[in-house]
Amino acid sequence: MSEKRIDSGNAAAALAVQLAGAEVIAAYPITPQTPLTEKLSEMIAAGKMDAEYVAVESEHSALGVCIGAASAGVRTFTATSSNGLLYMSEQLHWAAGARLPLVMCVVNRGVGAPWSVWNDHQDAISQRDTGWIQVFAKDHQEIVDMTLKAFRLAEAVHIPVMVNYDGYYLSHTYMPFELPEAQAVKDFLPPYRYLHALDPQHPESLNTVTLPDARRDIHGVRQGGYMDIRHNLHQEMRQAMELWEEIDADFRQRFGRGGAPILDPYRCEDADFVVVAMGTLANQFHDVVDHLREQEGLKVGVLALQMYRPFPTARIAAALQNVKGVMVYEKGLSYGNQGALFADLKSALYPYPNHPRLHNYIVGLGGRDIRTEDLQRTLKEACLQEQQVAPEQQDTPQWIGLQL
Amino acid sequence: MPDSRFKILTSASTSGPGDAGRTGSWRVERPVIDLSRCTPARTGKHACHLCWLYCPDSTVSKDIEPSIDLEYCKGCGICAEECPVGAISMVPEEEFEGGDNE
Repeated sequence: MSEKRIDSGNAAAALAVQLAGAEVIAAYPITPQTPLTEKLSEMIAAGKMDAEYVAVESEHSALGVCIGAASAGVRTFTATSSNGLLYMSEQLHWAAGARLPLVMCVVNRGVGAPWSVWNDHQDAISQRDTGWIQVFAKDHQEIVDMTLKAFRLAEAVHIPVMVNYDGYYLSHTYMPFELPEAQAVKDFLPPYRYLHALDPQHPESLNTVTLPDARRDIHGVRQGGYMDIRHNLHQEMRQAMELWEEIDADFRQRFGRGGAPILDPYRCEDADFVVVAMGTLANQFHDVVDHLREQEGLKVGVLALQMYRPFPTARIAAALQNVKGVMVYEKGLSYGNQGALFADLKSALYPYPNHPRLHNYIVGLGGRDIRTEDLQRTLKEACLQEQQVAPEQQDTPQWIGLQL
Repeated sequence: MPDSRFKILTSASTSGPGDAGRTGSWRVERPVIDLSRCTPARTGKHACHLCWLYCPDSTVSKDIEPSIDLEYCKGCGICAEECPVGAISMVPEEEFEGGDNE
């Protein structure tokens, strides 16, 4: 029987990892992720989870242990936040290049300096080019479901998956969610198998110095060089979008939830203007959209981006190429340029001749309160913008809620 | 469980001679054996063979007249250093015909 619970987002993640049957967990505590790994270590100590918890001295080592364990042929999990994720950065690239099917929860938090323990998306955004698949949950149920689906996806494509959820907004708040029945999860998630699992009977060298050119190995089989291996990673990340949809459809059939694994639209069918946002921010916009539709008669909708890497270029273009305006609200940026999501969206829409005008807003960095009335005001202004604004101004992000 | 629609290319290889490619092209100096001084060549007996033992890439043959596989010898010079009778000298590659070490 599935089970209904009211608990924190971190607990939801831990319970999903327990259901997924992770066998090795190595993590280092960092706010706001700490309660997630504490819960896992408690469950292991209490014999509720048949897994090894490896206490490490840093995040770099945590991911190193996971890389080793996954290479040895067992399902592994880690979790971190903010500067902890950045301390893993070198290993993030490694795990992806080695095609290790790891799953990690990143409980999103602003990056120091100055220190902040509060939420934004800069940690994940800054690691978008590491070759990890990045998905963003909007509520506790999505944390559970996405984590289970993430294991299945990672193991099918041999690319690590990062499940992101907002620090505090989700990690420390209590919400109801449903946990699927253990045997049903086992049926959904086949046993872990890594193609190059270490085996003393058949020793292999993994990811040693790989030459610029393809070569024949000692058996005469042609083996790709570095560039070929990296091209394959890129191509298969792109292909993974379709598989993510298939996995979601299978999940939906078994558990009755899902249906919007990549883009989750709210009141977008007839919308002239569409907000694009990730994580809880997209949910906050439901009220804003309702208000502007009912009070101002504006045809607005919100499109939650559930998968950020691989970037769903074609799906975004299909959803947005015919609307009048797209407003991108985000909690991270490429410093010295503009919002990272904004730049990605703009490039996705660029090939379409009548693409919508785009607006960029930076909100909520380091936990700055995101006031619904600010969202309403700026969204309404953008919708009503009549005259053409100078391109340079149009392309400059507006920071909402500055207190200077 | 890996999905068969994905190729999943990685760098994984079974260890063996030449697995890292033709590393002879890395060489700056080439080991040259003077067989008139080399112990097994001079005595006709399987003796010494320290060059064979110390070569980190197994490019030296364990023969009465040892030879070096220049396809793979990186030119590290360990054999020349270890040879107790000074039979191996390291000669700059440009001194050979064409100046090309392949």
